[in-house]
Amino acid sequence: MFSTEEIESILDKALPGAVAAAVDLTGTADHFEVRVSWSGFQGKSLIEQHQIVNRALKLPLEDGRIHALKIKTMAP
Amino acid sequence: MKGEADAPMCGFSAATVQILKGLNAPFKSVNILANPDIRQALPEYSNWPTFPQLFISGQLIGGCDIVHELRDSGELQKLIDSALGR
Repeated sequence: MFSTEEIESILDKALPGAVAAAVDLTGTADHFEVRVSWSGFQGKSLIEQHQIVNRALKLPLEDGRIHALKIKTMAP
Repeated sequence: MKGEADAPMCGFSAATVQILKGLNAPFKSVNILANPDIRQALPEYSNWPTFPQLFISGQLIGGCDIVHELRDSGELQKLIDSALGR
């Protein structure tokens, strides 16, 4: 179990100045979609951008609190 | 990927194969369900947690979501063309 607020706050801290919005896709607090806009994504490939988001959320992803995470990234 | 290219065992793997076929891209697939050692080692090597994983010229491009996004933007066609020297 995790919350959209926790996801957003972790990303806010890990990626300074990022705008992150998480959605609980299934209402079960473990399948999420997160949209992240961050200037640090500039010049990086999509895979690198997603790896940055995965790395920030490594702990809840690894211990299973987040079971599935759909990621959408963009550079503003 | 999970399963063989002509018999995928997972919706995400199937969708990724469909995209490659739709772009007439020649590709080789590895069935991780039949290769547990690769299934275990690859995520660490590629720094990517899930399957399928698409590599072009040795470079990880992404999983199902990214492949879709790059197909829709036309970027995937460009990557394939340049890998094939077209």
